[in-house]
Amino acid sequence: MQPASQPAKPAAASPNVQISSLGLMLYRLNRWLASPRPYLMFLGLALFIFAWYLFTEVLRLPRFEKVPGPAVAAKEWFSRDPVYGISIFVPEYYQHILKSVLRVIQAFGLATLLGVPLGLFMGWKKTFKDYTFPILETLRPIPMLAWVPLAILMWPLREAAIIYLTFLAAFFATTLNTLLGVESIDEVYFRAARCLGSKPHHIFFRVVIPGSLPFIFTGLQISMGVSWFSLVAGEMLAGEYGLGYLIWNSFIMVQYPIIVIAMVTLGFIGWASSAMIRLVGSLLMKWKVREAAL
Amino acid sequence: MKEFPKQTAWDSPANKQKDNRTSPAGQLRIEDVTKIYDPEGANVLALDHCSLRIEAGEFCVVVGPSGCGKTTLLNAIAGFHDITSGEIYLDGQVLCSGKRSAEPGADRIVVFQQGALFPWYTVLENVIYGPVVQGKMDGAEAKNSAERLLGEMGLMGVSHNYPNEISSGMRRRVEIARAMMNDPKVLLLDEPFRALDALTKSVMHKYLLDVYDKSQKTIFFITHDLEEAIFLGTRVVVMTTRPGRIKKMIEVDIPRPRDYRVLSSERYRALKSEAIGAVHEEARKAFEAGERELA
Repeated sequence: MQPASQPAKPAAASPNVQISSLGLMLYRLNRWLASPRPYLMFLGLALFIFAWYLFTEVLRLPRFEKVPGPAVAAKEWFSRDPVYGISIFVPEYYQHILKSVLRVIQAFGLATLLGVPLGLFMGWKKTFKDYTFPILETLRPIPMLAWVPLAILMWPLREAAIIYLTFLAAFFATTLNTLLGVESIDEVYFRAARCLGSKPHHIFFRVVIPGSLPFIFTGLQISMGVSWFSLVAGEMLAGEYGLGYLIWNSFIMVQYPIIVIAMVTLGFIGWASSAMIRLVGSLLMKWKVREAAL
Repeated sequence: MKEFPKQTAWDSPANKQKDNRTSPAGQLRIEDVTKIYDPEGANVLALDHCSLRIEAGEFCVVVGPSGCGKTTLLNAIAGFHDITSGEIYLDGQVLCSGKRSAEPGADRIVVFQQGALFPWYTVLENVIYGPVVQGKMDGAEAKNSAERLLGEMGLMGVSHNYPNEISSGMRRRVEIARAMMNDPKVLLLDEPFRALDALTKSVMHKYLLDVYDKSQKTIFFITHDLEEAIFLGTRVVVMTTRPGRIKKMIEVDIPRPRDYRVLSSERYRALKSEAIGAVHEEARKAFEAGERELA
């Protein structure tokens, strides 16, 4: 983000100038393209891929000799007739993606539906926080892998166990960040709201929720990250489909280029899902977007 | 409900004149108020038997060193804090006492030192907040009314901006407009112009005076700035250093409407030097005691 960018000046000088979100986005994109940053970014990426290619396919350095290189992986990925059966032209590839995405949507959705209200209540009602916070703080640091046996015992269906594991990680991140969001709201807004005649439900819907949204969305991004992390762990252990399963299965079946294909796919999907959360966040928090423009 | 018909020592001829006002709403009586804070078991006497009568429509400015209990008094009137003993009355009705704390309400609106416009609402949404949540108006009605008010107060141009998109002086104006939208009996201003630069501050003074001259609301205004106090107030109340008591009352008999020319008048200078004498002594005591603000 460019601080003190150009449209800010006229907006600050004559506040009645309205900036549309789209206009602001296009303007920022333009500024970004005019700066050296995107080109440096692509150069960095190109250098990384080149080093990877050099280490694995040209020099075959120790430790790297078994790692599939970018050329081999790309050739397989874009092949109409892939050697190991996975490429962008094979429906099975999309089935794996779809399965993982659906699992994340279910787990992340459930974590958001439960975690956000729970965090809001914990922040709003101190007594409720006193009851629940110690439990949250004890359960939260337990690594997801430690939950695997219990998850399998609790959920006889493999699918449910994987979603449960993914949900748990996301749920803790969302709840904690929402709670911090409510606690970050300056006391003065509560006082002002009470002065203006608010009843408790007005304070909840008009101060607590909008005031904690910035933290909630930070939490949702973290939650999305840990969802993918736990999902892949779960799929590796107990899956039949999905990108995590694909990675582990390819390792066992000695189909190494597929490991790289699935990993890069995960990278892209993870990035896209975070970007989507950011987009929803900026749509819900126009005040933050416009504030950042100044 | 207890009535206190007796007049306090602070009743002045100027106040008595105002008893004939058509709209008597907004009279504040602070009777023998004591407030003891108890931070970490160490009792601190913030207000010590403090009495003050503010007539309806009076612009009362309270000055005093940091930690003298000005904000404690304001918070008690607003309903943010309780008091240890004594009573505060609004239009003859008990607002709070040692046994009962006041509930914050739209009849006493606070304009806060650091500003409290909701950053997630536009200026217009902030201004309609009060009447809408109180159920006095529906959204459309409140919008019409707010637009009219914003127009009168010269704020129409920023109505669709978010608070953080406009200047700090403009934000203060909007906050005053948001308060006025509720037609409060008393406006409580807690050093509202403290963070503003000198030029913006002078514009804001004139603005607040216009609002006061038009609305004739009772104003309880806290400041450290003596020039501001005399320029704005009908009466300046000087408080002692902690424990806070009323040290001196200065009647500001400069005619209204006032503008910046008042600042070079003989009367203004005389009042200012009177106020400086009273405040300086207290400020020195507070400084030597190393007092910090509690409220």
